[in-house]
Amino acid sequence: MKKKTDLAELKKAIANERNDEEIVIRVSGGTCGIASGATQLKEALETEILRQGLRGKAVVSFTGCQGFCEHEPLVTISPKEIFYERVKPEHAADIVRETILGNKTLDHLLHVDHTSGQKIRLLGDVPFYKKQQRELLENNRLIDPTRILDYVAVGGYEALVKALTEMTPEAVIEEIKKSGLRGRGGAGFATGIKWELCRGSEGSSKYVIANGDEGDPGAYMDRSVMEGNPHCVIEGMIIGAYAIGANDGFVYVRAEYPLAVENLALAIEKCRDYGLLGKNIFGSGFDFDLEINMGAGAFVCGEETALIASLEGRRGMPRTRPPYPALSGFAGCPTNINNVETWATIPLIIKRGARWFASIGTEKSKGTKIFSLVGKVNNTGLVEVPMGIKLSEIIYDIGGGIPNGKEFKAVQTGGPSGGCLPKELLDLPIDYESLAKAGSIMGSGGMIVMDEDNCMVDVAHYFLGFTKGESCGKCVPCRVGTGQMYEILGRIKEGRGVPEDIATLERLARTVKEASLCGLGQTVPNPVLTTLKYFRYEYEAHIHEKRCPALSCKTLITYVIVAEKCVGCNLCAKNCPSQAIVGVAKKPYRIIVEKCAKCGTCLELCPAKVGAVKKASPVPVLEALEV
Amino acid sequence: MIAEKTKKIVEKEKRGRRALIAILQKVQSDYSYLPAEALDQISLSLEIPPAEVYSVATFYKTFGFQPRGKHSVTVCLGTACHVRGGARIAEELSGILNIKSGETTDDGEYSLETVNCLGCCAIGPVLMMDGKFYGQMTPLKVRNLFKGPQAVGK
Repeated sequence: MKKKTDLAELKKAIANERNDEEIVIRVSGGTCGIASGATQLKEALETEILRQGLRGKAVVSFTGCQGFCEHEPLVTISPKEIFYERVKPEHAADIVRETILGNKTLDHLLHVDHTSGQKIRLLGDVPFYKKQQRELLENNRLIDPTRILDYVAVGGYEALVKALTEMTPEAVIEEIKKSGLRGRGGAGFATGIKWELCRGSEGSSKYVIANGDEGDPGAYMDRSVMEGNPHCVIEGMIIGAYAIGANDGFVYVRAEYPLAVENLALAIEKCRDYGLLGKNIFGSGFDFDLEINMGAGAFVCGEETALIASLEGRRGMPRTRPPYPALSGFAGCPTNINNVETWATIPLIIKRGARWFASIGTEKSKGTKIFSLVGKVNNTGLVEVPMGIKLSEIIYDIGGGIPNGKEFKAVQTGGPSGGCLPKELLDLPIDYESLAKAGSIMGSGGMIVMDEDNCMVDVAHYFLGFTKGESCGKCVPCRVGTGQMYEILGRIKEGRGVPEDIATLERLARTVKEASLCGLGQTVPNPVLTTLKYFRYEYEAHIHEKRCPALSCKTLITYVIVAEKCVGCNLCAKNCPSQAIVGVAKKPYRIIVEKCAKCGTCLELCPAKVGAVKKASPVPVLEALEV
Repeated sequence: MIAEKTKKIVEKEKRGRRALIAILQKVQSDYSYLPAEALDQISLSLEIPPAEVYSVATFYKTFGFQPRGKHSVTVCLGTACHVRGGARIAEELSGILNIKSGETTDDGEYSLETVNCLGCCAIGPVLMMDGKFYGQMTPLKVRNLFKGPQAVGK
């Protein structure tokens, strides 16, 4: 791309070549899709297209993650956008024969709405998609991430042309500032101001970095964007680098995301071929190139100074700030780090204008945000919604509520740095300020839904176990404090807690929060503090009654077979790995408590209509009952 | 032999000291772990103390210092998997393979690992065997994976 007009011409050429009559079958090919068999499905569909004589009339596009991950593999058939879910390779022949040639819908592949029980034919009518505002994620569905021309066809790199040939770097920064965009990685710092600081810093070289070290367990939107639409991240980075005055950039991707690395590497290569990376991009005189770096498994590397240390080939340990990376970052030079989702949003803002972006969301939190809605919810997946939407709208309207008729208990936002929010806060608007006020954080956008079966002491214990392992060990409050809290939570969970434990936990949490060096330690106590605030009775039940109200903590529960309900089918006894279930066929079975490993297989296997296996807590009371 | 090959890996890398992590990753992908000989060679080639190489290698979770088994079994213990019973999956595997996370079976067949998140949160609990994902696992499904003629890795 040597001239401003090159891109428009390329886009025109793509449009001319395209056959508008051609039917496109889109198969969702992100990691979740592939895990569910999307690759085999794609091949089967391609074979069927040829076999049934549709060469040139129908084509399969292997797209990125389409977000409705629990229902993978997904297939949409354009132009009508007929939507099929959980499609297997053996369905390929029927899809081509019935739907494409015969214009008939295959009922058994349609999505069934959880609330109404109705079958839904078109993608746009699926409640999971209908209530979202997929500004950023929409292209994941439309393009094959390995094809740069797919991205150009949907208007890709037009924002880059605009920025490089029509705007000064200052004007780009001004536009981002006006849009009100705040960092999508967690802290929510204003992106435009961050860029301005870096632009104003003196340095022989400057750098931009995309933070793709998506460490929060339960959040995977960055993976989805890097895998499904790598070019939008690259485009955002080139624009940012131009605004800041950087000529080199890095994408730091976590080691667990091999497909993201592969697709990004390919995208970078293609950009070099097309002159979108390299010297004198669009004849603007601006040079920029990108390099991918893989993380090696350290949560703390999501912290910007730790990430820079890791890029430099050192231990990923944070340092005190200031100086901020904007002044002294990579190799001591001014450096700007933004999260992947932030970079990916930049082209949208430049192309459609700051005013458009700022019209979405709340007063202080603008635009849309991607959340990963996972855990105990019917429609798990990635959802993109305007800021300010209520928690209940995400969990019930989009997520379809809690499975198996269970009761909602809490939603955990913000990963290990966030908190658990109870039922009373379901009407809370999702924005940076409201979440912080409730004791949690926006974080990178993980949203883990928990039901009545999840124990809040166990959840706090889980997170502390996580952060204890991930604390880099540099500062004492975080290194020792997380270990201490983990130990106390562990003993409460096992029924060995003492009444003073709650006060000790609170004191420790405050100390760790105030005295830790980096964001990791400062936010580590949030899961403990919020569960203590909203679910204190669960702690008290564990400590005083040795009872786990959620029937989850292994040492405090026992499994029993209710004799009146048991039909003696032998299914549980046959599959019990500990041979702890005894009985005679057609008569009620019994669990030998001493032998039981509490794996839960019996509960899982007992047919729902029988429902003879139950959990009970506390343990001693139950034994008394059995006698 | 290991030293020779490692030397070549370092020489191919143009970025020098900064590429230490990338070099370690390359060695690990070749040998499934970081042999002591390789680490010493990296120290010599990059002209940095062995302690510095070890300090970086031990900091990051993906690096190991023992050869791994023929088949790798990875259990996700991310939050979404945890709330759906991920810990039970890990326990079950520990029991079946008779090893703890981070260990390899005596016959060198399987290595068991737990990770913080595989990023497949919507289909949790997830486990990954030799790069293939298995979603919505239960202890029973895990046992079945290792049973019969179709058992994984057989």
